[in-house]
Amino acid sequence: MYLLILRRLLQAIPTLWVIASATFILMQLTPGGPFDTEKDIPEEVQALINAHYGLDLPRHEQYFRFLEQRLRGDFGPSYKYAGWDVDEIIAQSFPVSMELGLYALLVALTVGTPIGVLAALRHNRPSESVLMGFAMLGICLPAFVLGPILIMVFSMQLGWFNPFGWNTPGDRVLPAVTLGLFYAAYIARLARSGMLDVMRLDYIRTARAKGLAQKAVVMRHALRTALYPVVAYLGPAVAGLISGSFVVETIFFIPGLGSFFVNSAFNRDSTMVMGTVLFYAVLILFFNLLVDLIQMWMNPRTRHDD
Amino acid sequence: MMTRLEREQASTDARSLGRDAWEQLCANRMARIGGSLFIGIVLLCLIGPFFVPHSLETTQLAYGAQAPSWTHWFGTDELGRDILVRTLIGGRISIGVGFAATMVALLIGVVYGMIAGYYGGRIEAAMMRFVDTLYALPFTIIVILLTVLLGRSILLIFLAIGAVEWLTMARIVRGQTKALRKQTFVDAAIVGGAPTRRILRKHILPNLLSPVIVFTTLTIPAVILLESVISFLGLGVQPPTSSWGILINEGAVKLDIYPWMLIFPALFFSLTIFALNFVGDGLRDALDPKSKGES
Repeated sequence: MYLLILRRLLQAIPTLWVIASATFILMQLTPGGPFDTEKDIPEEVQALINAHYGLDLPRHEQYFRFLEQRLRGDFGPSYKYAGWDVDEIIAQSFPVSMELGLYALLVALTVGTPIGVLAALRHNRPSESVLMGFAMLGICLPAFVLGPILIMVFSMQLGWFNPFGWNTPGDRVLPAVTLGLFYAAYIARLARSGMLDVMRLDYIRTARAKGLAQKAVVMRHALRTALYPVVAYLGPAVAGLISGSFVVETIFFIPGLGSFFVNSAFNRDSTMVMGTVLFYAVLILFFNLLVDLIQMWMNPRTRHDD
Repeated sequence: MMTRLEREQASTDARSLGRDAWEQLCANRMARIGGSLFIGIVLLCLIGPFFVPHSLETTQLAYGAQAPSWTHWFGTDELGRDILVRTLIGGRISIGVGFAATMVALLIGVVYGMIAGYYGGRIEAAMMRFVDTLYALPFTIIVILLTVLLGRSILLIFLAIGAVEWLTMARIVRGQTKALRKQTFVDAAIVGGAPTRRILRKHILPNLLSPVIVFTTLTIPAVILLESVISFLGLGVQPPTSSWGILINEGAVKLDIYPWMLIFPALFFSLTIFALNFVGDGLRDALDPKSKGES
């Protein structure tokens, strides 16, 4: 197991290097620098700015400087938010996104799993269609449609929540639901098919044969195995929650990393964009490893694969 | 409608995969509904604007934002532009980008996956390593990165989307090709002296058809979604060109005062995604022999 962790960490290094280099090269190729404005800046000022950010160095020196900074965890200064370093912005805004992501994951698991399991237990009955129809709806309503609709209904009409912001505990509800519902729907489908597969297995028949109640069969025997696909899906889900946070944070005006990322992409703030992309890459690799470890813990059979 | 017995008898006859799949697809009610719905939306977007007596460009500031009425079925936006026309024209862009980018992804993915899967060994390892590296990032992030670099014209958007969506296609095709490579008919072709290009085109490609078709159908809604997300964030198609993502964004901003600006584009968008997913699922059931017989 420690071997696996070590292996994964070693594998992550070239991946991160390639991503870092690719972002660097792509940014170099970008027409127009971060300080291009409509106004003409005097040449001396331009030279000073370039010198300040090290843009006057030869390309390869810029590249090595760039790699060395990243290794130290220094993402350089933001070009647009003057006086702020990219890592400072990440440190400030990421906890907000993290909180949102965790709530969304909570919504996804606590709504999705029971729906999927119930649907499987009611296989071929009308209630299954109702439950899975709900799941299909969740999959077809992307966050940028669902979010405004939720605001319209629960903020404008019913007045239960603030339409945007991130101040009171109540402000967490709508964004978390908006972000989590798609994953709830997907998890419901995974849990359903996992459950259907498991209920056909011999050991479930054995459990039934020895006279266990349906509840005990499901909770104690079937559930754990049935949820392997759900756990395996958590890795991609985290990556999806990150991209989803761009939309949700924009809709609800949440000061998280996602909205900063979108803004900096809009402003072509290259250090900010590169820094955030690299940060996301590290984050996703970390969560994938975490999910693998959880899977190994849950399913002993996967332990000897590597 | 055939009876079950007739269908079983029919399925024992030798028949083309395409015909078999088509019948399976038609037998699937949700796929039928989804397919008709999608064709309906496409026709509406293509032909509809000619029949609406309002043009895309006409701004009637005097009228401002109007609620849906007999003259403007879907209402107007705050510049007096007809929402129905904007939704239909936006649909052309969204669906058009969906198809075009999917074709780009299809082309790159199939060629890349076939080469990797057929040659195997080092070449495959290197090629798939590259795919895995790009896979480390969500597609949205890569596309946003590319739009920052390339700019925001519609052509570049669909290139950027095509440039990430091929990754999954390449993986699927590689797996299938690897399996096909071990089949004896490929060995026979090699022994017979067929050049590699011919083997790939005549022997491998036709056998890849069903997974590729299924995945293509499922890619189109994914691409439409991705384009809309990017446009919604203001990083995609730029106004005055409209796509569903932009219309939904404009509607979301005004939803407290002009809710119809959100509802109609969102409805069209969701129905399209809904319909395409059902067709894709139905196709998968119809073309994938493993899932045959299950409902």
